[in-house]
Amino acid sequence: MPRVVVDVMLKPEIADPQGQAIANALPNLGFTGVSSVRQGKRFELEVESIDEAQLQKLADTLLANPVIETYSIRGQA
Amino acid sequence: MSASQAPGHLAPVLDTVSAATNSPDVEQPYRELGLADDEYARVRDILGRRPTQTELAMYSIMWSEHCSYKSSKVHLRQFGEKAPKTDVLLVGMGENAGVVDVGDGMAVTFKVESHNHPSYIEPYQGAATGVGGIVRDILTMGARPIAVMDPLRFGAADHPDTKRVVNGVVAGIGGYGNCLGLPNIGGEVVFDSSYQGNPLVNALCVGVMPADRIQLSAAKGVGNIVVLLGATTGRAGLGGVSVLASASFEEGAEDARPTVQVGDPFTEKLLIESCLELFEQGLVVGIQDLGGAGLTCATTETAAAGRSGMRVELSTVPLREASMEPHEILASESQERMLAIVTPENLPKVLAIADKWGVLATAIGEVTDGDRLVITWHGDPVVDVPPRSLADEGPVYHRPMARPADQDELNSQHAERLPRPRTGAELKRTLLTMIASPNLCDKSWITEQYDRYVLGNTVLAQPEDAGVIRLSEESYRGIALSTDGNGRYTKLDPYAGAQLALAEAYRNVAVTGARPIAVTNCLNFGSPEDPEVMWQFAQATTGLAEACQTLRTPVTGGNVSFYNQTGDTAIHPTPVIGVLGVFDDVRQRTPMGLRNNGDVLFVLGTNSEELSGSEWASIMHNHLGGRPPRVDLAREEALANVLIAGAQESLIAAAHDLSGGGLAQALVESCLRYNVGARVRFNEDAFLALFAESTARALVAIRPADVKQFTKMCERFGVRSTRIGTVDTSSKALEIAGQFSVSLDELRAAFEGTLPALFN
Amino acid sequence: MSPKVGVVTFPGSLDDRDALRAVRISGAEPIPLWHKDASLHGVDAVVLPGGFSYGDYLRAGAIARFSPVMTTIVEQARQGLPVLGICNGFQVLCEAHLLPGALARNSHLHFRNRDQRLRIEATNTSWTNGYSAGQEIVIPVKNGEGRYVADERTLDELEARGQIVARYLGSNPNGSLRDIAGISNEAGNVVGVMPHPEHAVEALTGPSTDGLVIFTSVLRKLVAA
Repeated sequence: MPRVVVDVMLKPEIADPQGQAIANALPNLGFTGVSSVRQGKRFELEVESIDEAQLQKLADTLLANPVIETYSIRGQA
Repeated sequence: MSASQAPGHLAPVLDTVSAATNSPDVEQPYRELGLADDEYARVRDILGRRPTQTELAMYSIMWSEHCSYKSSKVHLRQFGEKAPKTDVLLVGMGENAGVVDVGDGMAVTFKVESHNHPSYIEPYQGAATGVGGIVRDILTMGARPIAVMDPLRFGAADHPDTKRVVNGVVAGIGGYGNCLGLPNIGGEVVFDSSYQGNPLVNALCVGVMPADRIQLSAAKGVGNIVVLLGATTGRAGLGGVSVLASASFEEGAEDARPTVQVGDPFTEKLLIESCLELFEQGLVVGIQDLGGAGLTCATTETAAAGRSGMRVELSTVPLREASMEPHEILASESQERMLAIVTPENLPKVLAIADKWGVLATAIGEVTDGDRLVITWHGDPVVDVPPRSLADEGPVYHRPMARPADQDELNSQHAERLPRPRTGAELKRTLLTMIASPNLCDKSWITEQYDRYVLGNTVLAQPEDAGVIRLSEESYRGIALSTDGNGRYTKLDPYAGAQLALAEAYRNVAVTGARPIAVTNCLNFGSPEDPEVMWQFAQATTGLAEACQTLRTPVTGGNVSFYNQTGDTAIHPTPVIGVLGVFDDVRQRTPMGLRNNGDVLFVLGTNSEELSGSEWASIMHNHLGGRPPRVDLAREEALANVLIAGAQESLIAAAHDLSGGGLAQALVESCLRYNVGARVRFNEDAFLALFAESTARALVAIRPADVKQFTKMCERFGVRSTRIGTVDTSSKALEIAGQFSVSLDELRAAFEGTLPALFN
Repeated sequence: MSPKVGVVTFPGSLDDRDALRAVRISGAEPIPLWHKDASLHGVDAVVLPGGFSYGDYLRAGAIARFSPVMTTIVEQARQGLPVLGICNGFQVLCEAHLLPGALARNSHLHFRNRDQRLRIEATNTSWTNGYSAGQEIVIPVKNGEGRYVADERTLDELEARGQIVARYLGSNPNGSLRDIAGISNEAGNVVGVMPHPEHAVEALTGPSTDGLVIFTSVLRKLVAA
């Protein structure tokens, strides 16, 4: 069964306090040289048959909130 | 046909009952599973053959310390033997939680339980599932859960690992409890290096139900159906609680991570609503939650309680992973599951209600004649046991006890000899240092992460002395709850320490104006295999049982948590005591904050030179030694009588219990609650007046017009009242005449800054 | 006959009983509504209560928005039905695009429950007409995802059209942009607030009774209509 991956990220202009918290912790753990972290969500869909347009709609209406999030779809349906 | 005989079948060879009968000499890994030689011999004796692999796993779990109470049982019996006569107890110890009659046809059930070990390994999930577990215990009794409380103890606040544990535990409690919609109304937060590596995460839940709707766990009625409700069953948490809580931590605790369960509060919320609907419609014959030891515990306990047999077909259990084996399914500690016994006629209704709430419900077996629990796997028996041998007839140990070798030396190092502040300026510095210490400082950084308002019946919540909940919007009947424990006092004297914990919780409930009626307890100790720990345990249980007898507040249930130690070092013995009180009219509750200008401040009770085990000795001198404050239960009761009668007659404007940190702490908290100042004068030594921790005392504020009537009432009850000052709403300062004055802003900065600085 | 105010229960709704109580105390008739039932049973106004619908597992309010009852509510809200979303209900209204913007994770990452000072900024909505302009009130706030976010243009439009219903005073509890605690749609019949007015309707159990005015406001609006 083909797998489709949808990545959802906050839009760049929306503050991401979770990513920021991770970024702030890195130097304390000895990881330097990372200037920014942003945290998102990854959805893995096992699909039987779904066309590209429907996938777009699915991501746009449910998986992501287009008001604050963007998404990208990988893998083939 | 059994799987093992099926030609070409790919499943692993199944150890069935007939296989066990036919192969009596197979070597079994009982020691690795935690069974002693004689325990294993007894299992063989009970069964008249060797146990199957699945049976062996069941006995090892059910006979573990966590499930069987084998080391504590002989001591816990005192709670029954010494129980005071009372007519409020509807269900006593032995069921999932005790139930008390609170009047107006309502019954209340409450219990405190530990989730210590999982919370160290994975603080968020450990604490979250601790809340989930205690809530299901309350639900199991037929009650709607209405509030939770969390007594917490962590290692030293400035230890590098404490931040991880605190943040995880607090977020876990909030994440689960908030999502479940239960107000968190109180608890404790204590830091002490003795808990480093062994945090104590105790959780209390209280519920209410019509007094005639109590549900019990007994599986009765031959032919009745056994229904599994809630989440699917997975490998997560295999042997978690029981294994973790039955041995000390050694190096490499990380390896234990997979055994911690993951909580799903959304499923639990739906499980609660669906079960309550089942109870309301009278569709349940018996019910049991699945906690530690999962289906093993639930099936054996319901069958044992019903004196029935039971037959369960394991392949009907909905699984997360198809490859799970029978013993794994039986031992799984997957959360958010309940086992209900229902009649065949009602089964369709039960399934329909579950479906309405989106809760999975599956008939997995039935109640049978006789007294055997038979569990089959695709029709083949893999378990055939007398359920009571697992649930009720486990091993009982009289563990050796020894007074700790260093106890006398510890008791001889009195804190009363330590150097004390001499001047007003030194007293002020002491006060500011103490209220900023992690143990005495403001805890709202933690409590703001909990929802205190949901359900709309919270009358008082932290930082008040007790949480207060309205039970009825018609009669305004209500309850108060407080939990307390003091590991330092208990270390100095376990018998007195347990009594002091009870006395403080009892006092905290009475301070709000409620009458204390019942007790729950969570007994957190080191390894029972250490005779010195066992001595502490015996002393503490005896002290508690006798104090409960004197105060006429029966123990209704609770939990023992042993093995709270790292290597040879045990935690301070820490009995945490929860006291439940009742209000006829919750509108009469007394809050702690000072509010009205000119109200007269009194200290009720008698102070003396008692500093050993105190917060002052700990914070200012890092000292623990001597004897804890004297226990005086008669005085506690007299004080409670004043506080209750005063509330009922509306004579007390505000009241606050005196305990850790003494009067100084109580004054600061009472002033800062509504940002109101006070002027205070002592006739005795100011240092002792402020920082000694003598018991059976409270600070009260009385309107000037009521002073005469109030002091007369104190005389009538034989309680000493000492006038110490007045409330001053304009001064915005706490002034101790002849010593010092400190602004509320300065107090607040010291009091509120500590936890955010440590843990943000 | 007193107006009927419906309160929706989604799986995971928590403050639904409290909203029903507040409706009752305000003098309206409380009507429980069920997420699977598309009928509004003739109610004159609807409250979407607080809680964690569907566990908030995808995004707060994201799944509740697709329930049968919401289809009807969205339809009728566009025709003027007064709808109030509290906390999770506010999140549902944003997800359903009845209100602009979204609610994101609190900037400090903690759930926060405290008694919050607010200033009422708009008194021309169905749910705030009983307050005086600029009135300061205290009601509890309790959320983990209460940070109101929208793009600058949307925020400017909200300001210009008087759709900002309430702002946080003192410290902002979640990092909301422009201290926004509540907004309305252009017509003023749909209002979302992050703090919980239903927990400030009785002196015994709330920090004040300031929240009751939300519920009496809609009553006044309905009786006047």
